[in-house]
Amino acid sequence: MTELNANQLDNSGRRIVVDPVTRIEGHMRCEVNVDENNIIRNAVSTGTMWRGLEVILKGRDPRDAWAFVERICGVCTGTHALTSVRAVEDALDIQIPLNAHLIRHMMDKTLQIHDHIVHFYHLHALDWVNPVNALKADPVETSELQKMVSPHHPKSSPGYFKDVQTRLKKFVESGQLGLFANGYWDNPAYKMPPAADLMAVAHYLEALDFQKEIVKIHAIFGGKNPHPNYMVGGMPCAINLDDTGASGAPVNMVTLNFVLERIREAQAFTKNVYLPDVMAIASIYKDWLYGGGLAAENLLSYGTYTQVPYDKSTDLLPAGAIIGGNWDEIHPVDVRDPEQVQEFVDHSWYRYEEGKTGLHPWDGETSPSFELGPNTVGTKTDIKELDESAKYSWIKAPRWRGHAMEVGPLPRYIIAYASGREYVKEQVDRSLASFNQATGHELTLKQFLPSTLGRTLARALECELCADSMLDDWHQLVGNIKAGDTSTANVEKWDPANWPKEAKGVGINEAPRGALGHWIKIKDGKIENYQAVVPTTWNGSPRDSQGNIGAFEASLLNTPMERPDEPVEILRTLHSFDPCLACSTHVMSEDGQELTKVKIR
Amino acid sequence: MSQIETFYDVMRRQGITRRSFLKYCSLTAAALGLGPAFAPKIAHAMENKERTPVLWLHGLECTCCSESFIRSAHPLVKDVVLSMISLDYDDTLMASAGHQAEAILEETIQKYKGKYILAVEGNPPLNEDGMFCIVGGKPFLDQLKHAAKDAAAIIAWGSCASWGCVQAARPNPTQAVPIHKVITDKPIIKVPGCPPIAEVMTGVITYMLTFGTLPELDRQGRPKMFYSQRIHDKCYRRPHFDAGQFVEQWDDEGARKGYCLYKVGCKGPTTYNACSTVRWNEGTSFPIQAGHGCIGCSEDGFWDKGSFYDRLTDIHQFGIEKNADEIGTAVAGGVGAAIAAHAAVSAIKRAQHKGDQE
Repeated sequence: MTELNANQLDNSGRRIVVDPVTRIEGHMRCEVNVDENNIIRNAVSTGTMWRGLEVILKGRDPRDAWAFVERICGVCTGTHALTSVRAVEDALDIQIPLNAHLIRHMMDKTLQIHDHIVHFYHLHALDWVNPVNALKADPVETSELQKMVSPHHPKSSPGYFKDVQTRLKKFVESGQLGLFANGYWDNPAYKMPPAADLMAVAHYLEALDFQKEIVKIHAIFGGKNPHPNYMVGGMPCAINLDDTGASGAPVNMVTLNFVLERIREAQAFTKNVYLPDVMAIASIYKDWLYGGGLAAENLLSYGTYTQVPYDKSTDLLPAGAIIGGNWDEIHPVDVRDPEQVQEFVDHSWYRYEEGKTGLHPWDGETSPSFELGPNTVGTKTDIKELDESAKYSWIKAPRWRGHAMEVGPLPRYIIAYASGREYVKEQVDRSLASFNQATGHELTLKQFLPSTLGRTLARALECELCADSMLDDWHQLVGNIKAGDTSTANVEKWDPANWPKEAKGVGINEAPRGALGHWIKIKDGKIENYQAVVPTTWNGSPRDSQGNIGAFEASLLNTPMERPDEPVEILRTLHSFDPCLACSTHVMSEDGQELTKVKIR
Repeated sequence: MSQIETFYDVMRRQGITRRSFLKYCSLTAAALGLGPAFAPKIAHAMENKERTPVLWLHGLECTCCSESFIRSAHPLVKDVVLSMISLDYDDTLMASAGHQAEAILEETIQKYKGKYILAVEGNPPLNEDGMFCIVGGKPFLDQLKHAAKDAAAIIAWGSCASWGCVQAARPNPTQAVPIHKVITDKPIIKVPGCPPIAEVMTGVITYMLTFGTLPELDRQGRPKMFYSQRIHDKCYRRPHFDAGQFVEQWDDEGARKGYCLYKVGCKGPTTYNACSTVRWNEGTSFPIQAGHGCIGCSEDGFWDKGSFYDRLTDIHQFGIEKNADEIGTAVAGGVGAAIAAHAAVSAIKRAQHKGDQE
């Protein structure tokens, strides 16, 4: 089997630079070479920020770590906190009560739903939808379209769409286009008819209203969003249904009812708006099946939503690795095995000690080393074109058994499908059938899923899974309370006096963007070492020692561009990963002290 | 002029009558503590203002401030973005990228010289010639200074831009600094918090648009309307503090009854923010209500003030009984701290009271 490798790439054609890549979290740069037919033949993905959180954690109280690492990212807010408390609990051998397990699941799924919806409508939609074109729509036609794609959505009258259009018209006529200024609105890469564009614009606004509702579940259990509170040993939101003080307690009848309403709203929005929109866009862009790249080859998931606490075999979305596009063989994944997850820095702005190549996170070492290759165009502080034969990114290159892997909703879904998970199978089969029916295509799953569209679809399907299964979690929580269990925290090892002198642990999760792992070493009650390998480190990674390329770079190859100066297609495919750069580029060494010599002017 | 959709137009379009609109203006004036004379001024502003251009830059950050901003319920963020401001540059949300995005930044700076608001999320790192945060191939620091030069006003969103926040916590490997360290010739409105509350963010912006002036700031540059009181001052659990009723351990009887979280580390007594009044997510809750102590995220250097679960021991502003220091020493583990002492006194009172009852 041949891996996608730098030695197959052709960087002789015209170089296109996109910096900043917008509508992502954090800072990212992308450079590509296009051939004489404007087809992308080389791609270079660069993380352009670095914060150094792990060195900041060194010597701190492990019980505080969740709050620090939560600030790795405010978009996937809470997922790092959750993974961190899991790492500490793993190290200290703490098992949390069932109620805390369920509440954490509900919070995690709340994030997933929120993140996926905001990603699709506010970060990704403008890669498919042309708001200026919506001005030409006939609201009656949009109304008919709305009723056809989603009969249950109440906002479907011609008058409603007329109002949205009028508002958009006034906005455009004001001459102040704000966020939509300098968009690529006459680029032929946009293919939606005006009626569909108007529907999507209406939903852009509806989603903006909706997203602030679902996160209120975080406010109930975690006190706020973004950045809700977590806790080692369980959850701090005590339960009191019927005793003195219940109305002032975090979890009571009122707040449980409140959460239930938000879950139902999420189900309705996902089924009536989000999923139909994704399917409609897919049917219009039916022949734009680019962007697969690594998704057709190597996929990784740590598994998530464990139904029976501490029994990974009961994960709703199971763990596993697929290599070389062989869906018939799901390899087991062990994040503790030093041979499996390793990080390389040959093309990253870090340096390892002599003779070291790939390092497991428990033994991770990182010394920043910002240096540009000889073929760089520009200067150190004004880079025009990067030299990808040398170091070119603040992102490291993690590999699983030496392979570059794609992570995220699509890998989770392919692995779950290949593992025979019924709920997922039904969703995926239903989607493919309706796509084929709408388009007249006869695509197989392997032709359809590994693509930019497939990535976007998997995210929407996962949103549905989260909304549906969150309702199950809610009922299970109420059932457990009914059975007399109101415990939310295990405090046996809260006091560091009860900890071993040394311990190490790992916390894993499937974050909105893919496989997430935090590795911790604790010594004398303090953090000795902390490493996080996050989804966008996998997907956005530069090349490794062998020249194997990461998922972002692989996905762009062979994509034709309508107009190379307007990066619509590049943005479309990069956005399908939902890049999160603050997450990917925070890794730092243990000896950060040496770096603080610069004077404040 | 008629082409521009004002805030008033938005309200009318949503079916609000002129009469209700004027009532809204009076209530807004009252809510802001401005008195009835200001109501016509608010109405006038909302009827006539063009949309003010806003450039929203991102340095080293986690985007939690942007995420919080879009949670705003009143005003709704769609109305802020479509009808109240012109968000010309925001790399998290803008349609264009690369050269086209950079072009907009330049265009607004040139066209609206001295008239745009610069909003900064995150902060610049100074190490490695600023290249720990690169935008358009250059240090973010350059972009920040460039955009600051001709701004009418500068807002520091969140604790990163205001104080430095997590990347500036010890040992601050990238040498990230709050923006007032590199922009020294202009007043900066600090809106700290990790993140700030959504309605606090939109409240600051709408105040500026409505009154055409900066909100009154405290000595540290924070709007007094949101940051002049401690969370503890208005906490719904405060009576339990005064009564000496505390959560002693997670998930204990006190936790279930909603007692005070001071003993498990709550930083509410030293944190200036609006969490206990405005609350979070459209007033749904706030950290203490959900059972976890305040971690003090709107305070300068809150990451480096000890564990979030350590009891506060350095507060001196509470009046307490004569022998309080002594009692405090016993309870708080040897640190002579007024607040610990106060808590201890409360606890003893409670014990006495309990004795009376039994």
